[in-house]
Amino acid sequence: MTASTDTAMLTVERLTMRFGGLLAVNDLSFTVGRTDITALIGPNGAGKTTVFNCLTGFYKPTEGRITLRRANGETFLLERMDDFRIARHARVARTFQNIRLFSGMTVLENLVVAQHNVLMHASRLTVGGLFGFAGYRKAEREAMDKSRYWLEKIRLTDRADDPAGDLPYGAQRRLEIARAMCIGPELLCLDEPAAGLNPRETEDLNNLLLFIRREHDIGVLLIEHDMAVVMEISDHVVVLDYGEKISDGSAAQVRADPTVIRAYLGVEEDEEAPEVAALVSEAVPGAAAKAKPARSKPAKPRKTATKSNKPARETGQGGRK
Amino acid sequence: MAATAAAHAGKDMGAILKDCALAGLLGLAIFAPIIGLKTASAPGGLILEQRWGTVFIAAGIVFAGRLALHLLFWSRVDRAKVKAGAPSRLAAKLEPLIPFIGVTMLLAAVILPWLPSTDRYILDLGILVLTYVMLGWGLNIVVGLAGLLDLGYVAFYAVGAYSYALLSTRYFPMWMPEFLMPWAFWICLPVAGLLAACWGVVLGFPVLRLRGDYLAIVTLAFGEIIRVILQNWYTFTGGPNGISGIPRPSFFGIEFTREENGFASVFGLDYTSMHRIIFLYYVILLLALITNFVTMRLRRLPIGRAWEALREDEIACRSLGINTVSTKLTAFAIGAMFAGFAGSFFATRQGFVSPESFVFMESALVLAIVVLGGLGSQIGVVIAAVVMIGGFEMFRNLDFLKNIFGNDFDPGQIRMLIFGLAMVLIMIWRPRGLMTRRDPTIFLKEKKAVSGDLVAEGQG
Repeated sequence: MTASTDTAMLTVERLTMRFGGLLAVNDLSFTVGRTDITALIGPNGAGKTTVFNCLTGFYKPTEGRITLRRANGETFLLERMDDFRIARHARVARTFQNIRLFSGMTVLENLVVAQHNVLMHASRLTVGGLFGFAGYRKAEREAMDKSRYWLEKIRLTDRADDPAGDLPYGAQRRLEIARAMCIGPELLCLDEPAAGLNPRETEDLNNLLLFIRREHDIGVLLIEHDMAVVMEISDHVVVLDYGEKISDGSAAQVRADPTVIRAYLGVEEDEEAPEVAALVSEAVPGAAAKAKPARSKPAKPRKTATKSNKPARETGQGGRK
Repeated sequence: MAATAAAHAGKDMGAILKDCALAGLLGLAIFAPIIGLKTASAPGGLILEQRWGTVFIAAGIVFAGRLALHLLFWSRVDRAKVKAGAPSRLAAKLEPLIPFIGVTMLLAAVILPWLPSTDRYILDLGILVLTYVMLGWGLNIVVGLAGLLDLGYVAFYAVGAYSYALLSTRYFPMWMPEFLMPWAFWICLPVAGLLAACWGVVLGFPVLRLRGDYLAIVTLAFGEIIRVILQNWYTFTGGPNGISGIPRPSFFGIEFTREENGFASVFGLDYTSMHRIIFLYYVILLLALITNFVTMRLRRLPIGRAWEALREDEIACRSLGINTVSTKLTAFAIGAMFAGFAGSFFATRQGFVSPESFVFMESALVLAIVVLGGLGSQIGVVIAAVVMIGGFEMFRNLDFLKNIFGNDFDPGQIRMLIFGLAMVLIMIWRPRGLMTRRDPTIFLKEKKAVSGDLVAEGQG
């Protein structure tokens, strides 16, 4: 574990989420260190997005405690806060698996809307803004500067006045991240930011996330299926399966963990594990040195783990690339 | 090559004739009971008159009309294009002229009372149109910007009208000193607006969690509840008798009377009743312009952007820390406040209010104006209000049609028919209203309008 409890910004303790009879998240505990990039991975349906929705207040967890410590020492118990208060006071920003931009508004407007609370305060609950007080005009200029800064970072300055819905997919992903950054977050939660991106865009995304972490001193928690992203940039990986944590540690540790491999590919014989490691190392050329040597013979048909009572399921983008 | 084309045309002709015959038969089936049978009174009761000749003529007209459409229009225009509702070239050319149109309309509205052709009827019509423009602008905040479908908007209009009526006839004389009496309108107007805004919040609370159809149903019910209360709370609102004797507005304290200290004598004019009408016209013009100005200004403020963001995506709004509860409530409250102002004006202009003026039809009309104009478009609302209210009135004056259709023809009776037809045509050609493009509220380099196709209509 990279983050010890005293430096942890987010502490999730015994989080449980039930939907009727379905146990989506079961007794999950993990921590996110300040200025760490933490990845939450797991096969489809493992409960990753549910965890996100609990963290950001969109779901109220059935049990458990989620504590967030801001840099200024304030502590928030997220499980009992409304979603918009989590964003406003606890400074947890998020993006969505299926992009949720304001597509009828321009790129710039998307970024300015995200600074709503600052501007609303400056406009003295609209009255000051209505009469054009100086305080509001100054706040608006600052909001523009911030938007300009992020437009430059996501390389969309030229398209600032175009509707967000007209942007290509990759640009929409970047814009959603920039919009989340505009609320001034301390923890940024990204739900599959690399889904649907081509390798070059993925590379861009990695650089953007590393830049955000480096320059803005914030923690990033991301759900990702694309191992190229997970293995390259994350400091800490938490693996979920069937709502339970099955592994937790650095990228290298997790990659070598047989439970993780079993969860992803449904193998039951230990001898097949190296194959998976090779598969993962292919995806991350930089990390290949640490990975175990490649398999000696061509892959044989995978056996599903009938014994463990779990159906074999598709691995999604888990092992591809 | 030519032969194949001819064969193709021949085959086409067969299909066309078949289609026309089908339309004719359909016409026959529809017209048979409607036109073919007529009840007529005769000694001893009603008898059925049969008019089969007329039925066949009508069906023949359908056949011929369809044939003419096939041969003259549909053969040339690509039908798929028409169906897709591609904006016409005319509309595209008109879009850059919008600011110009706005200024022209404003100037026309300002000088209207001074035109030689303007009589009392035209001014009354102008006042009516401007009232609906104001209501449309108010509703545009709720429906067009915040994307909350409100079918009970007339409730706030009623609250404003009754607040003004009750305050000015009952409570104002009770509480206020005598010398303030001529100022009743100017003091009661803001109070009535605020009361309507309060009711906007009262309605807002229960509907916060509702969306789409459910929201529409609850707001519709709210409109009816207010009307039914007004009708039945006899001791307070006067029930179906309404409230009469509502004081007329004064020219900042100077009343429009024939007496010594009346408007005419103070300004050395000959007394005519037109003075008050002209004044009322300018009052509603001013109120409407204030509505427009405030709305345009709010759009550029964080609250207005939050409304539009709410229309685009409520969940994303919450993830950005926007309090959607207060955002929705402010939209309801501010929309209701402008309806309250319009209601006060209505009460003072009529001098009489009763629940009959606040039926669902009014809500529907205002909503139709907003939708026809294009959700969120201020200038669209004006055009739609002029077309719908003014156009409606036009039918009263089309007496020249009697020369064509005979003396029995009453143009007033086909108003609804034409109205329905116009709505159908607009739904086909401009399904998102007359003005569909959205102006961005802020820009970096140049202001580019956002195409209406991208703008969401709101889920609630």
